[in-house]
Amino acid sequence: MSERKDGPSRRKVLKGAAAGLVTAGVAPTIFTSSAHAFRNEPTGDTVTLGFNVPQTGSYADEGADELRAYQLAVEHLNGEGDGGMLNTMQPSALKGEGILGKKVAYVTGDTQTKSDAARASAKRMIEKDGALMISGGSSSGVAIAVQGLCQEMGTIFMAGLTHSNDTTGKDKRRYGFRHFFNAYMSGAALGPVLGQEYGKDRRAYHLTADYTWGWTQEESMINSTEALGWETAETVKTPVGAGDFSQYITPVLNSGADVLILNHYGRDMVNSLTQAIQFGLKDRQSNGKDFQIVVPLFSRLMAQGAGENIKGILGSTNWNWSLQDAGSQAFVKSFGAKYGFPPSMAAHTCYVQTLLYADACERAGTFDPIQVIKALEGHKFDGMGNGPTEYRAEDHQCFKDVLVVRGNENPTSQFDLLNVVQQVPRSQVEYDASIFGGDLGPYEV
Amino acid sequence: MNKIFSMSRKDVLTFVIFSAVVLLMPIWLQPFGAAYPDLMQKFAIFGILAIGFNVLFGLTGYLSFGHAAFLGVGSYTAVWTFKLFSMNPIPALILAVIMAGLFALAIGYVSLRRSGIYFSILTLAFAQMSYNLAYSVLTPITNGETGLQLELQDPRVIDSAFGSTSDGSLPVSNLFGLVDMNGIPGFYFCAVFLIIGFFITQRIFASPFGMMLRAIKSNQTRMNYTGFNTRPYTLTAFVISGMFAGLAGGLMAVTDPLAGAERMQWTASGEIVLMTILGGVGTLIGPVVGAWLIKYFENIFSSFNESVLHNLFAFLPDGVEKFVVEITSMFVGEGWHLTLGLIFMLVVTFLPGGMMEGFRRIGSLFNRDGGDKAKPNEKTPAPAPAE
Repeated sequence: MSERKDGPSRRKVLKGAAAGLVTAGVAPTIFTSSAHAFRNEPTGDTVTLGFNVPQTGSYADEGADELRAYQLAVEHLNGEGDGGMLNTMQPSALKGEGILGKKVAYVTGDTQTKSDAARASAKRMIEKDGALMISGGSSSGVAIAVQGLCQEMGTIFMAGLTHSNDTTGKDKRRYGFRHFFNAYMSGAALGPVLGQEYGKDRRAYHLTADYTWGWTQEESMINSTEALGWETAETVKTPVGAGDFSQYITPVLNSGADVLILNHYGRDMVNSLTQAIQFGLKDRQSNGKDFQIVVPLFSRLMAQGAGENIKGILGSTNWNWSLQDAGSQAFVKSFGAKYGFPPSMAAHTCYVQTLLYADACERAGTFDPIQVIKALEGHKFDGMGNGPTEYRAEDHQCFKDVLVVRGNENPTSQFDLLNVVQQVPRSQVEYDASIFGGDLGPYEV
Repeated sequence: MNKIFSMSRKDVLTFVIFSAVVLLMPIWLQPFGAAYPDLMQKFAIFGILAIGFNVLFGLTGYLSFGHAAFLGVGSYTAVWTFKLFSMNPIPALILAVIMAGLFALAIGYVSLRRSGIYFSILTLAFAQMSYNLAYSVLTPITNGETGLQLELQDPRVIDSAFGSTSDGSLPVSNLFGLVDMNGIPGFYFCAVFLIIGFFITQRIFASPFGMMLRAIKSNQTRMNYTGFNTRPYTLTAFVISGMFAGLAGGLMAVTDPLAGAERMQWTASGEIVLMTILGGVGTLIGPVVGAWLIKYFENIFSSFNESVLHNLFAFLPDGVEKFVVEITSMFVGEGWHLTLGLIFMLVVTFLPGGMMEGFRRIGSLFNRDGGDKAKPNEKTPAPAPAE
């Protein structure tokens, strides 16, 4: 090593890794841990959070926006900037002095939207960088994989954008928490609106991303549309990141269906929607009705990617920057001031998750994950952009209102792409925690 | 029996040094910021993969572009063994190696009818087929994109027969309930296999069988004219290297019980080829060095973000700092592929023998006659196998 001639620069990098080395040295003692010791207990004057987002792959746009939100959240927690939602969050134990008096530092990783890569980078952040909490994920497959890892490691996982029912359903974990809504809620919110708009006599054709999110999204949409009286013509699974969907769209034309439901997200959705419109699906008549396209999970970033094609299309979102409540306004303002454009819903959920974690540590008075988990379970809060919200203790899923949105026909700016059709109240999208099975597992790991 | 273990002094020395380097990883990797269990486990596992690949590519010159398939088969087999039988890594690894070996036998039997580029394309096609099977067609077995994971309800017949009880959390792979296969013990478990694997390849390199494989590489046509049937030899080499890959895949599942289809993708196969070429084809240690280098880049370089860079260049004046950070940030973080590509290009252009050639050149600078004479048989550049 001494023969390396990289000069002082390398040394500086290594200094940053010094914290990790301490952890590596401490690691063996973890196997003999006593009740109060926990992994990566912060000893210095900083606390490290790990942000694990897709920086490459189909969901890279979301990942980039998530990372911006995390940086903003860290600034606000450390008392820099205008404080954003720290001022609107209720109840709040946050004072803008870091967490429990320790300055917040962060490390980042690239999930590549692959379970293996995501787990490797999460492990790096926990084992080397000493991250106390992992957040992120823009794909449910990845979120579930990382959540499982965090349970093994005894590190709290604050899920970012993950919409599959499984994340807080059959694959829920004691150390995993999700603020984002899920496929069941999308279906429950979207169903009645679809009934009003398109009638009760429709035949739906599903194109579905072939992984956990797509499967549960499709299932939830079928349940809610069949409850309306719709028929399901066919369901076709498409590989994630397919790029070209024309081979999947051609059969739709002759299937006798009059609604196409695209259970796609990210660039996949941009591509499949664009191609569906190029095939003239929207101008078609089928069974004597206008052909319709539905995108159950919408985001402004995708709307931006799809451009004109998004106009008039119905979907649901967790949050939209045009909301007028104080929390949303404060967040949009500070995000806009820093980056020059409004945040996406992925950014919103990641920002909120970071604040919620920090707040839970403050309320618990410790970084001990077991106490923090208990502080989060059943926690009720408001002023974070979704109205009154509750972290349900049984499955670590947040319950709040869901937005049904439509692609804006006459956008006033390049960001004004989604109109809120209806704010569906929490009561309509709520379900019993036991319907998806699964088990949270123990507090002690 | 004695003959197997009789090694030349040079081989013994290499083996001892290699073992020491591997076992002391937690110490000498510290200054590089890489001494954390997960990355060291990856170093050991991909080292196994690369030396196995080298038995095929380095000795026979047959360039397989589908080795990731065997890695994936190994992983899936191991996870299924965990789910069905026991969390003990030993049966999982045995089955993983056997399954990967059978797979390699089948694929090799067909692919080895051709050589050169046709062989590469055939293996690539088989690997892509396996990937697509795992990704969508065989979803009930592989759980598709989501990846195969352990579940609480798994039968684990052997474990439950021995009365192990669940506390509601997912079990961790463990050696007879004594040592959990994660963290540092997990690394040493993998490291032992890497050292055993290295020993085996060392013996293969020094054996008449290895000589035969080298002969195939230098001129297969001539071998055939002299009445030699080369197919059994190449097939054996292919199966051996497939078993190494299966072992690596099994170990991946042991240290982290999850198997995803992306392990079988062609990019993963390409990575193995990169590792071997970067390190030095046909050398004993080269592929391992290449594997370590690539994994280091993937895990450490990709984690540098702008704030790290700002700290790094904080000593520069403000304007310059911003400029330097702007430039360098293209090469780290999500841009680590770019850096790797550049290095690969430089190595292939200036050091066709890989990193090992670089080390040897440095060595010969200090030791004018010793350096070149030390490894005469590795000097020859790899000729393409005759079609």
